[in-house]
Amino acid sequence: MLQQLIDGFGTALTPTHIAMAAIGVLLGTAIGVLPGIGPAMAVALLLPVTYGLEPTGAFIMFAGIYYGGMFGGSTTSILLNTPGESAAVVAAIDGNPMARQGRGAQALAAAAIGHFVGGILGTIALVVLAPVIAKHAVDIGAPDLFAIMVLAFIAVTSVLGGSRIRGVASLLIGLTIGLVGLDEMTGQQRLTFGSLHLADGVDVVIVAVALFAVGESLWVAAHLRRTALQAIPVGRPWLSRADLKRTWKPWLRGPLIGFPFGAVPAGGAEIPTFLSYVTEKRLSKHKDEFGKGAIEGVAGPEATASASAAGTLVSMLTLGLPTTAVAAVMLAAFQQYGIQPGPLLFERESSLVWGLIASLFVGLTLLLVLNLPLAPLWAKLLRIPRPYLYAGILFFASVGAYAVNADIFDLLVMFVIGLIGFAMRRYGLPVLPAIIGVILGPAAEQQMRRALQLSDGSLSGLVNTPFAIVVYVIILGIVFFPVLKRFLPSRPAEAEPKDKVDV
Amino acid sequence: MTTTWLKERSELGVSVGLVVLGVLVLTDALSIPTDFAQRGPVGPKAVPILVGSLLLIVAVLLARDVLRGGKGEAEGGEDIDLAAPADLRTVLVLCGAFLANAALIGLVGFPISGAILFWGAAYALGSRNLGRDPLIAAGLSVTTFLIFDNLLGVPLPGGPLMEVF
Repeated sequence: MLQQLIDGFGTALTPTHIAMAAIGVLLGTAIGVLPGIGPAMAVALLLPVTYGLEPTGAFIMFAGIYYGGMFGGSTTSILLNTPGESAAVVAAIDGNPMARQGRGAQALAAAAIGHFVGGILGTIALVVLAPVIAKHAVDIGAPDLFAIMVLAFIAVTSVLGGSRIRGVASLLIGLTIGLVGLDEMTGQQRLTFGSLHLADGVDVVIVAVALFAVGESLWVAAHLRRTALQAIPVGRPWLSRADLKRTWKPWLRGPLIGFPFGAVPAGGAEIPTFLSYVTEKRLSKHKDEFGKGAIEGVAGPEATASASAAGTLVSMLTLGLPTTAVAAVMLAAFQQYGIQPGPLLFERESSLVWGLIASLFVGLTLLLVLNLPLAPLWAKLLRIPRPYLYAGILFFASVGAYAVNADIFDLLVMFVIGLIGFAMRRYGLPVLPAIIGVILGPAAEQQMRRALQLSDGSLSGLVNTPFAIVVYVIILGIVFFPVLKRFLPSRPAEAEPKDKVDV
Repeated sequence: MTTTWLKERSELGVSVGLVVLGVLVLTDALSIPTDFAQRGPVGPKAVPILVGSLLLIVAVLLARDVLRGGKGEAEGGEDIDLAAPADLRTVLVLCGAFLANAALIGLVGFPISGAILFWGAAYALGSRNLGRDPLIAAGLSVTTFLIFDNLLGVPLPGGPLMEVF
């Protein structure tokens, strides 16, 4: 494994790949800072480059965008008090008061170093765990894979967002889009309405760009804030000795919370960053400062966010299971190259995977080195005129969609799905289940049919392995948890933490 | 009463959309011929039938939720002001700019149609700088064309403008 990692560094440290990592990190940060664009939309908009780049370079760039986007998002939170993406919500709670008190530089430094520490620790965990998981997962068969995908569907609709029924609706919309095209086993047409254009199915790139970029632009257009929010000007980030003393422990604790959450379906960074915030508040000697500019409240959650990104990559690479929107879009990029992430990826595409992992270390280091001096510049990006920003998003979305097949029909498909994305935002249907449905739906169907083929049509073929049974038990737990909760005696859960805090 | 009642429950439209989608998926699934060699016990119909049925069920459940006062929470964001009413005119002009690109790209080539898209979209979103806007639009469009065409090897239609060079 160590040898493979060293080989990976050999791949990652070539001039081209260092350049790709640097581009990714810079682009990711810029995009994360830019309001309205999250890392998922950024990777989606850049999917067309997969037609021109070799896979290793492309993924090195995407990984840089992922980490860079997380850091950029927290910059927006701190300086503008409106998080660019969900992972950075918590950073605003204390980061923005810090900035208003003239301690924006310290807040940004706590965030930047937190991302570095969290990312490095998370990536080390990825190096250690991913090959082990991949090795054990090599033996899993069609029923197990199908069970994992069902888990992903259920988790993404149940755990996130306020309304299950709207989550399920979104998932079904995604599954329906995934059905379009020729059935992979029999070659029969489904939902093509006789159109040759639709026989190949709807390209995942188009769906991703349409839902994330076009839908978002139209939605913003409907409610564009006429008076742009004012960003707080900031100097070069730095930390005093007293700040360091308060931040180093949160930096190290964050990854412990973030990494596992990133790896489980529908985990993402929202829940762990919040948990990290609560933990730091409990453990801090400066509880009264929380909410008014406690530096621990920035350091901990930011380290957590980056570590969760590493955790996300574990499930994406070893099981082909996307747990966040970015991972889902990256999975789509793998599919563009005809590479199937999963247990076999570490055997078949060893140099790609290890090059990618090594480049994460390179990217994180670049992120730290570049972002500390560049922070004042990033802050200026917040002043971009919004008409140009969203016009630019639509522009690049169109370029991307057209580049897929050089076909105007794709632009029209993107428009229609973009309108769906608009309606989903209007009526509170989350976008993530739809994109997971499009990407995993066809694969799930294939695994299910393969499993049933082996069992000769008996439904027991779906549950004939211990692994699959365990997964279904977890699924049942998630599905019936709200029902169960009603019957459980209501424990005085609120009383418990209070006693422990005042130590 | 009826119009405000409907306006407050416009989310029922989502239910209607889901029903339409469900019926579409089901009718399409049922029209798939299964007479010829089917590999495996589960054919191409099973999943569409499942998805279509679930769509209908979810549509009903969603309608029930809305009628009981449930509401989907509109998505917020940095540049989004949910307090203001939806500005559908902006959205329509934006859609127009987008479709103009689709209509024109084959005729006049990407450098021109892309510039129209950018300028139109910026105009729709409230930018009225008649000197700067078209310049940025043209610059962005031509640069993108050159990068995609030359560096990435992804051909975009150049149109008559590029044939001059």
